[in-house]
Amino acid sequence: MSENNNSVNSASSAYMDDPVLQNRSRAREFFKKFCQRKTAVVAGCFIILLIVLAIIGPSIAPYDPDVYDYSNMRAAPSLQHLMGTDEFGRDVFSRLLAGTRLSLGSALAAVLVGAALGTILGILAGYYGGILESLVMRGSDVLFAMPDILLCIAIVAIIGPGLINVIIAVTVFTIPSFARVMRSATLTVRGSLHVEVARSLGCPDSRILWKHIFPGTVQAMIVNFTMRIGSAILAASSLSFLGFGADVGAPEWGAMLSSGRNFIGVADHLILFPGLLIFLTVLAFNLFGDGLRDTLDPKIK
Amino acid sequence: MTPLLSVKNVTKTFPAGRGKNGKKARVHAVNNISFDIYPGETFSVVGESGCGKSTTGRLVDHLLVPDSGEIWFDGCDISKLSDKEMRPIRKDIQMIFQDPNGSLNPRMRVEDLVAEPLLIHTDMSPAERMKVAHELLQVVGLGAKHAHRFPHEFSGGQRQRIGIARALTVRPKLIIADEPVSSLDVSIQAQVLNLMQQLQRDYELTYMFISHDLSVVEMISDRIAVMYLGSIVELADKKELYAHPRHPYTKALLSAVPIPDPTVQKDHALLEGDIPSTIDLPVGCPFQTRCPRCQADCKLKPIEPVDVGGGHMVACLHMEE
Repeated sequence: MSENNNSVNSASSAYMDDPVLQNRSRAREFFKKFCQRKTAVVAGCFIILLIVLAIIGPSIAPYDPDVYDYSNMRAAPSLQHLMGTDEFGRDVFSRLLAGTRLSLGSALAAVLVGAALGTILGILAGYYGGILESLVMRGSDVLFAMPDILLCIAIVAIIGPGLINVIIAVTVFTIPSFARVMRSATLTVRGSLHVEVARSLGCPDSRILWKHIFPGTVQAMIVNFTMRIGSAILAASSLSFLGFGADVGAPEWGAMLSSGRNFIGVADHLILFPGLLIFLTVLAFNLFGDGLRDTLDPKIK
Repeated sequence: MTPLLSVKNVTKTFPAGRGKNGKKARVHAVNNISFDIYPGETFSVVGESGCGKSTTGRLVDHLLVPDSGEIWFDGCDISKLSDKEMRPIRKDIQMIFQDPNGSLNPRMRVEDLVAEPLLIHTDMSPAERMKVAHELLQVVGLGAKHAHRFPHEFSGGQRQRIGIARALTVRPKLIIADEPVSSLDVSIQAQVLNLMQQLQRDYELTYMFISHDLSVVEMISDRIAVMYLGSIVELADKKELYAHPRHPYTKALLSAVPIPDPTVQKDHALLEGDIPSTIDLPVGCPFQTRCPRCQADCKLKPIEPVDVGGGHMVACLHMEE
C-alpha cells in the first residue's frame, strides 16, 4: 500500500502545479453584499440596539419602572422624564426600556420554538412525502385559513390569558409558515445531485437529512425567521393591548399602549412612544429580513 | 474467471403520465440488457443521449431498482435488496458523477467530503480519516494544504479529482464512472482520464465507464457495450469493435467520429430518421426505423444477441459479414 502511494505521489505531481483559486470566504462576500443595502443595514443596527437594550436596559433606566410618583402624573416629556410619565407617575422611558425584554423576549421565544417545530415538520414532510406530508401540509393550510390574530385570540381564549399563553399562541401560528417554507426548501435540496451522491455513498437517512439537506435550507429558515419576529411582536403586543397578554401593570409595550389609550386626549405621549417603538421594531425586522433575502437570493425580488 | 458484476435481463421503466389512449404510459429506459464485468477491466457503455446508459449505471449502483432481472455483484443478487441491506455493499461500489459541481456538497470542506465514505463504512477515528483523506487528495494531485477549502474554490477538473478521491477512500471493487469527463475541457479530460488509468493500475480497480464520447471510450476501455434505445446492440473488445463493427448502428456511430486529418476521405454511414419514442417502443429490433439493412423479419420479435466469435455479441439478424 505505502509503495503504491509513493509511486503514485511522484507520478501525479504533474497535476500539482494547477493553481487553486484564492481562498474565498462566502461569509465575507455575503457581508460585503449585505452592506450595500443601506436600509437593511440601518434596520440591522436598530435590531442590535434593541437587543443590547433588552440586556442592559433596566440597569441604565433613569427611574424604577414600577415606582409610583403621584406628584408627577401624566407629565409631558421634559429633561427629567424624556418621554414623560404615565397615569401613575411612572417614567415612560424607563418602562419602555424594561419592556424591551418582555416584548422582544416573548416574540423571540415564540418564533424560536415555532421555527424549531415547523422546521422539523417541514423537512420530514419534504423528505419522506406520502401521508406525513399530506398531514403536515393540510394541517398548515387549516391554520393558514384563519387570520393570525384571530387564531391567537382563539387559542388564548381556550387556554386563558397570560404572557406564557400568548407565547404559546404565537408559536402555534408560527409553525405552519415554517413548515411550508422548509418543505419547499427541502424539496429543492432533495432533488440536487449531491443528495443522490450521499445516497450512493450509503449515508443513512439521518445523516442525509442533517448533513446534506438541512444546511441547504438554513438560508430560507433565517429569512423566514427575521420576517416572523416582526409579526410575532405585533401579535404579542396586540394580544396584550386587547388584555389577553401580559399583566396590565407590566411594562409590556402592548399593555402600555392599552392603558395609555384612555388618556389619548390629554397625554398623547403615553401612546406615542410605545406605538412608535412597536412600529419601528416591526419595520426594522421586516426590512432586515428583506435585505437578507435579497442578498441570499438575488433572483427573487 | 468469474465476473465481478453480472447484469442479467434487467429492465427498467418509468411512469410518464398518460399516453394517447388514456392508459398509463411508461418510458422504457432499459430493456432486457445483460452483460458481465470482470475484475480489473474497464467496461464502457456508449450510446447517444437518452439511450439508457446512465440509468444502467444507477441500476448497478442501486440508486434505482430494476423492474425485472437480476444484478449479481460479487456473488450476491443486489437487485432486490432494501436500502438498508445494500448499505454495507456500497463500500465496494462507488460512483463518480458527471457534474463535479453538483456532486460535491457545497457546504462541506474538501477533507470532510473525501472522508465521508470512511465515516459511513468504517469505525476509524477522525484523525485517521483525515490522514487517509489527505493522502488521497495528494494521490489525485491536490495537496493536503487545500483540504480545508470548500468545493467552490476549485476548478472543474480539480473538483472531479476530489470526486475521484472520495470514490477511492474505501477501496471499492467497482467504480461506476458516469460521464466523468464530459463536463470538462478536452485538455483537462486527458488529465483526468490518465489519472483514472493510473489509479486503476495502482489500486487494481474495475471501472464501469459510461460515456457518449467515442474517442474517450477508445482511450480507456477494455470492452465496450453499445446501447441504443435501452438495448445493448453490440458488445465486444475495444480493438475488435473499432476494427470490425458488425451492427449497422455501431458502424454509423463509429463513422461519425471525426478524424483530425483533412486529407482522409471518409464514407459516412449517415443515418436517416429520428429515434423512436421510448414510450411506444417498436416491436422487434429497436433500430428498425433507421436501419439501412432493415427487412421484414426485423419487426417480428425481439432480437437476441448472438456470439459471432471471441465474446463479440451482436443483436442483428442481417449483420454485415
